[in-house]
Amino acid sequence: MNAVAARVRAVPTLLRIGFSEAVAYRAELLVWILSSTMPLIMLALWTAVARDAPVGRFGQRDFTAYFLATFIVRQVTGAWVSWEMNWEVRQGTIAARLLRPMPPMVAYAAETLAAIPMRLVIALPVAGIALAITGGRVLPHDPRMWASFAVSLAGAWGIAFLASFGVGCLAFYFESSIKVMDLYLVLFFVLSGYLFPMELLPATFREIADWLPFRYQIGLPVEILTSAVAPREAAVLIARQWGFVAVLFGIAVGLWRGGLRRFAAYGG
Amino acid sequence: MLRYARLLGVQIRTSALTLLQYRLDFLTEGLLEVLWSATALVPLFVVFRARPEVAGWTFPEALLVVAWFTLLQGILEGAINPSLTSVVDHIRKGTLDFVLLKPADAQFLVSTARFQPWRATNVLTAGALFAYAFHRLGAPPRLGGIALAAGLLVVSTVLLYSMWILTVSAAFFVVRVDNLTFLFGSVFDAARWPSSVFRGIVAFVFTFVVPLSLMTTYPALALLGRLRPSTLVVALAVGAAFAALSRAVWVRALGRYTSAGG
Repeated sequence: MNAVAARVRAVPTLLRIGFSEAVAYRAELLVWILSSTMPLIMLALWTAVARDAPVGRFGQRDFTAYFLATFIVRQVTGAWVSWEMNWEVRQGTIAARLLRPMPPMVAYAAETLAAIPMRLVIALPVAGIALAITGGRVLPHDPRMWASFAVSLAGAWGIAFLASFGVGCLAFYFESSIKVMDLYLVLFFVLSGYLFPMELLPATFREIADWLPFRYQIGLPVEILTSAVAPREAAVLIARQWGFVAVLFGIAVGLWRGGLRRFAAYGG
Repeated sequence: MLRYARLLGVQIRTSALTLLQYRLDFLTEGLLEVLWSATALVPLFVVFRARPEVAGWTFPEALLVVAWFTLLQGILEGAINPSLTSVVDHIRKGTLDFVLLKPADAQFLVSTARFQPWRATNVLTAGALFAYAFHRLGAPPRLGGIALAAGLLVVSTVLLYSMWILTVSAAFFVVRVDNLTFLFGSVFDAARWPSSVFRGIVAFVFTFVVPLSLMTTYPALALLGRLRPSTLVVALAVGAAFAALSRAVWVRALGRYTSAGG
């Protein structure tokens, strides 16, 4: 029990270290943020599409709100742990992590979370612009919906992190594991609502997307924030989202335990 | 000149031999490339499901732009990216010394160091897209249009290469530049849409600062027979200017190289 308490006490320190790292590599972080400007390109595209008449329920303003929200959600739920783990397993430096009295999964999670404040420095002005353009019209007025948004954002982060961590664990099993991340990203781009609102997909594809985790990583929090779903529907979707979080957690832990048994550090 | 041509032959042969060791990669990478191209197509289908025409472009016409984008991506990732990514490594580790010691132009050597022909799947995908787009349009491109587009392809390749050299030159000043390659990729991503989609400041940047419209939209217009031949003269001038600029920046940046430990 004492060991658990000690670990919990160490988490704030880990977060502080992660934050300092984010500050130290701020130029790099800025480049990463600028690299994920795809929603802004899609914003330009879709507002051009909606110039004359709305697409479904989306007018130009709705698209603006949707893609600015997408940009923000993407910033908050960014996870790059698969690349980091892949690198550390190849180099053998992951051995140093294993020696520390802290489960590496928690340490990676703390590092990922700690970058969020620096990312928000960029994302919040964008949110301000969004608010100014749309006049706050699309934002939910019901405080319960704000609570749902918070829960769905946490769930979205969970999916992004656990998927990335799980793929990172694959580095223990085979050499080109990082290609699995490429595959994940391909599906993510198409099925998450990152490039277009899921509503605009034909019904069959939406049905498929509903039963895959990607849609809950971007689409759900964005839809709640832009009042695209009713409270009851939101509750059902959030339940499903956390179901995915639980499943991914199970898979990630399993892959980690199995992988660790296979791991032999490279000399160096 | 002949010496450099021979040198290029040697470099390509070395790349090919290296690649033969990684045959499985050839297959998986090729497959992934096809999937990535598909992600470029899905938004196109979704957009044109909602509208028959966007910013003055019909579906087959916009498909030409995507095809052109895929073709350039094949060139970028097969012939330009691999070599120049390793330059960044050389600079960081100080192994650029070995390149500089060789009795040939350093820029030439680093630019031809590695080729990844599996990216050629992109070129094949582009071919299929071109064929389908013209099938949908119902008329093949005219010979004049093809010639014009071919000229623009040369200019685009020069532009991509020059912009890459400019990015890599930044590695002499900032140490961690590997993610700049991602930035480059995500900016280039905007080129998969016809440039008339963009307005205001974005349109300005994509026309004059990073001439994306010249790379994908103009060649597509040329194939459609809507581009005046005189545009090619302007394009050639822009390409030459970018090439000269990147060469000047590279030479200056190389002057700052202090080997490893710095």
